[in-house]
Amino acid sequence: MVAESSLLTWVVFTPLIGVAILLFVKPEREELLRWITLAVTLFVFFLSLPLFFKFNSDTYLMQFTQKIPWIPGYGIFYSVGIDGISLFLVLLTTFLMPICILSSWRYITEKIKQYMIAMLLLEMGMLGVFVALDLFLFYIFWEAMLIPMYLLIGVWGGPRKIYAAIKFFLYTMAGSLLMLVAILFLYFKSGMNTFDILKLYEAGFPLELQIWMFLAFAVAFAIKVPMFPFHTWLPDAHVEAPTAGSVILAAVLLKMGIYGFLRLAIPLFPQGSLYFTPLIIYLAIIGIIYGALVAMVQPDVKKLVAYSSVSHLGFVMLGIYALNMNGIEGGVYQMLSHGLSTGALFLLVGIIYERRHTRLIADFGGMQKRMPIFGAIFLIVVMSSIGLPGLNGFVGEFLILVGAFQVKKIYAIVAAVGVILSACYMLWMFQRMMFGKLDKPENEEVSDINKRELAYMLPVLVLIVLMGVYPSPFLRRMDASVAHFIALSQGKKEVYAFEDKAVNPVSHLLGKSKVGKSDGRMRDAQFTMHDAGFRVKRNR
Amino acid sequence: MEPWVKDYIWVIVLLPLIGAAFNGLVGFKLDKKVVSWVGCGTVGAAFAIGMVAFFSLLQLSPQHRHLTNHLYTWISVGKLKADAAFLVDPLSAIMILVVTGVGLVIHVYSVGYMAHDKSYWRFFSHLNLFIFFMLLLVLGDNLFLFFVGWEGVGLCSYLLIGFWYTEKYNAVCGMKAFIVNRIGDFGFIIGIFILFWAMAGRGVWTLNFMELQENAHLLADVKLWGVGVATLATLFFFVGAAGKSAQIPLYVWLPDAMAGPTPVSALIHAATMVTAGVYMIGRLNFLYLMAPATLTVVAVGGAATAILAASIGTVQNDIKRVLAYSTISQLGYMFMAMGVAAFSAGIFHLMTHAFFKALLFLGAGSVIHAMSDKKDMREMGGVRKRMPVTFWTFLVATLAITGIPGFAGFFSKDEILWMAASTPNPIFENLPSLLWIVGFLVAGLTAFYMFRLMFMTFFGECRADEHTKSHIHESPRAMTVPLVVLALFSVLGGYFGVPAILGGSNRIHNFLAPVFGGGGAGHALSPGVTLVSTAAKEGAAAVQGSHGLEVTLMVFSVIVVLAGIFVANFMYRKHPDYPARLADRFQRVYRAVLNKYYVDEFYHIVFTATLLRINAALAWFDDKVIDGIVNGVGWITRRFSSVNGVFDNLVIDGMVNGLAESTISAGGRLRKIQSGRIQTYLYYVLGGILIIVMIRLVV
Repeated sequence: MVAESSLLTWVVFTPLIGVAILLFVKPEREELLRWITLAVTLFVFFLSLPLFFKFNSDTYLMQFTQKIPWIPGYGIFYSVGIDGISLFLVLLTTFLMPICILSSWRYITEKIKQYMIAMLLLEMGMLGVFVALDLFLFYIFWEAMLIPMYLLIGVWGGPRKIYAAIKFFLYTMAGSLLMLVAILFLYFKSGMNTFDILKLYEAGFPLELQIWMFLAFAVAFAIKVPMFPFHTWLPDAHVEAPTAGSVILAAVLLKMGIYGFLRLAIPLFPQGSLYFTPLIIYLAIIGIIYGALVAMVQPDVKKLVAYSSVSHLGFVMLGIYALNMNGIEGGVYQMLSHGLSTGALFLLVGIIYERRHTRLIADFGGMQKRMPIFGAIFLIVVMSSIGLPGLNGFVGEFLILVGAFQVKKIYAIVAAVGVILSACYMLWMFQRMMFGKLDKPENEEVSDINKRELAYMLPVLVLIVLMGVYPSPFLRRMDASVAHFIALSQGKKEVYAFEDKAVNPVSHLLGKSKVGKSDGRMRDAQFTMHDAGFRVKRNR
Repeated sequence: MEPWVKDYIWVIVLLPLIGAAFNGLVGFKLDKKVVSWVGCGTVGAAFAIGMVAFFSLLQLSPQHRHLTNHLYTWISVGKLKADAAFLVDPLSAIMILVVTGVGLVIHVYSVGYMAHDKSYWRFFSHLNLFIFFMLLLVLGDNLFLFFVGWEGVGLCSYLLIGFWYTEKYNAVCGMKAFIVNRIGDFGFIIGIFILFWAMAGRGVWTLNFMELQENAHLLADVKLWGVGVATLATLFFFVGAAGKSAQIPLYVWLPDAMAGPTPVSALIHAATMVTAGVYMIGRLNFLYLMAPATLTVVAVGGAATAILAASIGTVQNDIKRVLAYSTISQLGYMFMAMGVAAFSAGIFHLMTHAFFKALLFLGAGSVIHAMSDKKDMREMGGVRKRMPVTFWTFLVATLAITGIPGFAGFFSKDEILWMAASTPNPIFENLPSLLWIVGFLVAGLTAFYMFRLMFMTFFGECRADEHTKSHIHESPRAMTVPLVVLALFSVLGGYFGVPAILGGSNRIHNFLAPVFGGGGAGHALSPGVTLVSTAAKEGAAAVQGSHGLEVTLMVFSVIVVLAGIFVANFMYRKHPDYPARLADRFQRVYRAVLNKYYVDEFYHIVFTATLLRINAALAWFDDKVIDGIVNGVGWITRRFSSVNGVFDNLVIDGMVNGLAESTISAGGRLRKIQSGRIQTYLYYVLGGILIIVMIRLVV
């Protein structure tokens, strides 16, 4: 259908074609607008499926690459490609978009045309971030995606939408500006006249530079994740955003922060990253426990889920900073799991909100009686979120903890407390909403989930179970890329070994913060491009 | 020759899952008959295949009695590999038969018990799901899969305790069970990490039970935090067991679990799930043998739990709660057995207990059913004549649990007491005698509270109101047949393990010998074995020399049982006013025991309330301090930009107007941003990049 080399471009920019079509539709034709958008997002999803099935899991090299000179004078290319990490984030995005459109079917009643356009632009921006292999391009997409998200919250949001939208925007913007400065600095400092991310991996910047550069990137990404203590924009944004906005925010946008660490911050500045490793691990663990504890007493379901995200993403960061196969692969897997289960939670909250126009836990109680099917689905999603073995959440969480345990036992032990706490806040919330007597008269007439809602919940449920029971197809595709990432994070150029060592070489460094004293594998501050005896051949 | 059933072990596990899925998805549309046939049929078929597997196992020579059915690789990352694979060996074979056999009986019973429930289909779906997870737990050939089952049964327990969810109390009890279990699971998973880490450190990347057993000796000198890694891992596993099997300090959820329907209490909270901890120790016996300290903890913990729960059981008035404390107490016995490395004795008691305790619960359910759902024994009495089948079967079970010679409990319990008394402990010299004394006292207490229950429920005058009284009737056939079947097993079950001294050959002990070693079945113990097992062997040898002791102990325990029955008879049949007078006399003690020594209250104050207070404080901190800082920064920026804006207007008016305005509008004029200013802002940013790039190029 589409040549492999331009497949990614098609996937990314098809939403833009959708926008073009929508522009010619009259705003009054609401049903048509919805159907067109749904068709476009579905089309994008099917377009992205070959990425999964034709993916070669034997190599860490970028696949489905396309590289076209864009502004050659400055070494700026339109360069896209995916590896075993970004593949799944692309798929997660294309998978969730049609679901989001379906969930907005009746929820959004005003400015439908603008809404649909914003959604499509958002999709394009998100996909662009995950496939860009050129820093300049990456940044454009990164910023471009902010605007539709900002509008989603600011226009279609709840009562405090303006406050939440501004907070979201300024917070993220502050981070991205830091990143922008760092990107430009990088460009000139490297003297390589390139924005090519893969080439910059080899630049080997001096230690001090690495530390500052890493800090700039890390703050931008940590805000996005969000890591403690940069997380307070998230509950506000979630509470005010419309359902689809919350779903995208939780499932995809937060992952961009993690992805930023994986694609840029860590491999570009391995020594800088190592320098901050203990700090990041501490923050991640604080986030796990803190997020869970604060979640427990939230009166608003959406806030509760938002804080649970802080906790879950703490897990992801912990896994990634374990810097071994188990931890990182668990982290990437947990990203997907969290995208599904938290996305599903927001969808469910949206369903119940459409019926009752409240999200306060205290306003419910005994809903199981009125909504048995909804309750069953809700329970499965809750179980997935608290990591019940056999469902998706367990695989990632377990791998992360195994990985962390290999680094430092206490990390895993403290983090595992989060597993107990997640059961506490989720089950307590579920019990208060669904069980007990139906004693509020307003809840008497609430109808159970309808066919459209069932239609978009089912695919999510199927994946939740599938990813728990048979994770191999997912994990296998990550192996090579994750192994390569570990090599990069240690400043190596090539994957020397495909396997994990019982004690990772990096792990013994974690205790000490002085990176300079590391072993010979770490390049010293004087390293320049010409010292590199070899270049790794990369598929361009 | 490998038996054909080897490749079909997965069917045993899958059948109940199919039943659960079928009833869960379409059950609500179907007739109750179809639902019951699917529910019972799948478990029955699983039982049948389990039987085939069991007999195929018997055909093999003892050292080859293990069949592995590998399905697929579940998780594989780096060198970590977890398979979806099932293992049938003597230990799991017994467990399959107990789980599916008792499970089948209870399913049939439920057909009668739940007949009038609107959510009949949901009940059967959950019950089948439980059987599925329990089989996964029992059959999993590695710790990962075991853990899936371990948490899965917890989920089903949660669902079934809160089955009648419209009562908030039930839902809260379910939640309590799940969360307390999660605390145990936390310990368990740490145990997994420690074991995995230690094995990996020795180059063995596995958590497969057979491979672990082969390589356990490698861990002999591995230490973590100054403690032997085997000791540490097994201790953490025991935390998990304490949660799942309701031992001190995590037993508090089990009495509350009685909020669930009675068949659930019988199946999950008496016969099967709560014994998972015992099974786990049996499964990992080779590790526990390397950790004498852990074994001592297990034994002491078991004994302490046994006597604590038995003492609480003597004063409870809710018929199911008495049985719940009895279960905790009997589980304590099992752990005591495991703790003195008498693994086969522990599993033997697990099996007989499954029969008679399931029977006790089902009998109690039958009574509750007849008494219009009343559970307070003070409102019962004299139902013996109206419910003959229930009465006689209940009596059999009571005789079995109290350990009257000839009934199942006698053989299994006395083996435990004998092993406890005769296995020297390398750490505390006096422990064996102490364990025996506790076990002996518990036997007396058990006889007392069981016959107290018996007399209060079945004998004397009926104390119920007239309306209830008129409705008392024997239960339908679907309920009484299971009672009879279980009664049969409560007698016969004991004859699988008649000790040599009484002319038996202790078949179950020999059958389990390949798993537990030391049974003379030609199984070589791994070289890593240490103190206890040697001690146990020596002890066993010593004991074999003195059969006299075994007989003496038996006589003693029969005497104390009879004494317990006598006291119960005296207090609750002959002088019914006596208990009240006694309670009055020792009011404080009575209150403390009645209120379960206030452990629940203590936990609530120390843990739950404190946790919630911390949470509230953190939520305040998050809202006021962290977010306060964020908003504060925003406010300062806004002030600054408005000052800046004034300055800008007056001084460099017009020059950088756009830039300044976008800053100001970020603070104050929100509407403008929304109408599209942000895009403009982005253009500025992009423009800025280009300008900087150009400047750099020129310079």
